[in-house]
Amino acid sequence: MAQARLDRREQITGWAFIAPALILLGLFMIYPIVWSLWMSFQVGKGMNLSFGGFANIVRLTKDPVFLRALGNTFTFFIFQVPIMIGLALLFAVALNDSTLRFRGIFRTAIFLPCVTSLIAYSTVFKSMFATDGIFNQALMAVHLIASPISWFGDPFWAKVAIIIAITWRWTGYNMIFYLAALQNIDRSIYEAARIDGVPAWARFRYLTIPMLKPVILFTTVISTIGTLQLFDEVYNFTAGTGGPSDSTVTLSLYIYNLTFKFMPSFGYSATVSWVIVVLVGILTFLQFLVARDRKIKQ
Amino acid sequence: MTVSPMIAGAAARPVARAFVPGNAWALARRGLVYVLLSVAAFLSIFPFFWMMVGATNTSAEIIKGKAWFGGALLTNAATFFAQVDAPRIFWNSGFIAVVATALTLAISSLAGYGFEMFRSKIRERIFGLLLLLLSIPFAAMMVPLFVMFSQAKLVNTFASVILPTVASIFIIFYFRQATKAFPSELRDAAKIDGLKEWQIFLFVYLPVMRSTYAAATIIVFMTNWNNYLWPLIVLQTAENKTITLILSALTSAYTPDYGMILFGTVLATLPTLVIFFLLQRRFVEGMLGAVK
Repeated sequence: MAQARLDRREQITGWAFIAPALILLGLFMIYPIVWSLWMSFQVGKGMNLSFGGFANIVRLTKDPVFLRALGNTFTFFIFQVPIMIGLALLFAVALNDSTLRFRGIFRTAIFLPCVTSLIAYSTVFKSMFATDGIFNQALMAVHLIASPISWFGDPFWAKVAIIIAITWRWTGYNMIFYLAALQNIDRSIYEAARIDGVPAWARFRYLTIPMLKPVILFTTVISTIGTLQLFDEVYNFTAGTGGPSDSTVTLSLYIYNLTFKFMPSFGYSATVSWVIVVLVGILTFLQFLVARDRKIKQ
Repeated sequence: MTVSPMIAGAAARPVARAFVPGNAWALARRGLVYVLLSVAAFLSIFPFFWMMVGATNTSAEIIKGKAWFGGALLTNAATFFAQVDAPRIFWNSGFIAVVATALTLAISSLAGYGFEMFRSKIRERIFGLLLLLLSIPFAAMMVPLFVMFSQAKLVNTFASVILPTVASIFIIFYFRQATKAFPSELRDAAKIDGLKEWQIFLFVYLPVMRSTYAAATIIVFMTNWNNYLWPLIVLQTAENKTITLILSALTSAYTPDYGMILFGTVLATLPTLVIFFLLQRRFVEGMLGAVK
């Protein structure tokens, strides 16, 4: 770039271009974030808050619903993200073959779910998950189950239903990132490997995966943030309860209920929201660590 | 090397394939890929089909899993329009989505251009900070935001829905990445011609980057049209609610009338589907450009 040093006028122009965004971000993002950090150390009902030190953090450790929400959110994260990332990679690699027929149709079809709103698709899935509904009928037709599952009457199957739904919605979205990255990889590398007799699985393991690592890391981080914030689907599936018996309540749903449903306790709900921030931080850090570790080994 | 495979391929390939054992394996694997992708495509499309079929069936038929078109479309439509003030609700959703999209594109593309074209140490630091903020979930600002808007007496207005979304860090980042591909000779030439910076942005940058704007339009419009949690918090009276909120409220009923709800879901999904198919090519181009 030819801009070793900007003159005074260009400096001012530079600020002018970014000023509207910075003002809005300051007002509607940075200020609320700082405020909520401050709030998380306050106790009281509604806006009658007073400084409580670590009282809220102590309360967290004794709050069964919070612990439930934490556990549920982790369950969603641990099962859903790897399944989705794996499927997205598989589809992307399959679609990256330029000799494949109907590529465009396959790609559009698999991507299509992510144009739906979270509420629209969870409504559609809710009607498919009815006890006598199409989903149970299909599973019984292929003899995967003997009798209908009561998807939202059972704590275990309620979680499974939510995982199925989220995976449907987001796999194509992640796939597009991998496809884009795969198209930037130099084809001649694959040709050379093929001529040298490297089998397909090894090309995938030792060529595709390492070259896609930055994108995989990016999508994993994005998915982690998304899963930890899970709200719309659960709220819509369970009519806001997180039921049956709190088995699907997530951290975000609990924050919403603490703030707007139960006796409003802004301080405590701010504390719960910072638990999400800390978790995102830790998990992102771990993911970076794992990604870097592998690089050193090779 | 460049010519021979074409000649050999055209004549010999279909015959040769069947006889080499290695090719039989390749053929089987190719078949497997088609099966895999067909199943995935079917499962991805089916809920859309189900939604349209459901709009023509009664609620009882839907929860019994009837997967073909029925005769209840008009009844469902009538029930939906009787329960929901549809013109009003769709106007709310449309107004919020269009205004928010226009403002987001304007403000975030200005910032993306500014960060990339006028680099300085402080602005790079700020940009780094913004990327860090990208990982802070909405939940962590939701409560103070609500308090702010209720103190400003703006709760239950469209402004309260739109304002927090218009400076989008993700879209700023997206525009900055795309600006890296903007040919700097164009800017230099425009400068020599005596154009001011805002004129360059408006008359040179904007037309050149229309693919980027198209892709960003899809992303931002869909995000706003589909936005749920924040509107759920700030839009409190029935006449101000968006279609997303209404659908969710209808679904939460103790015995939801799925025929009517799926009819509404079709209506709510249509705009995003239309925009997607109209701008699909641009969208893929834009996405690829951003990842490069």
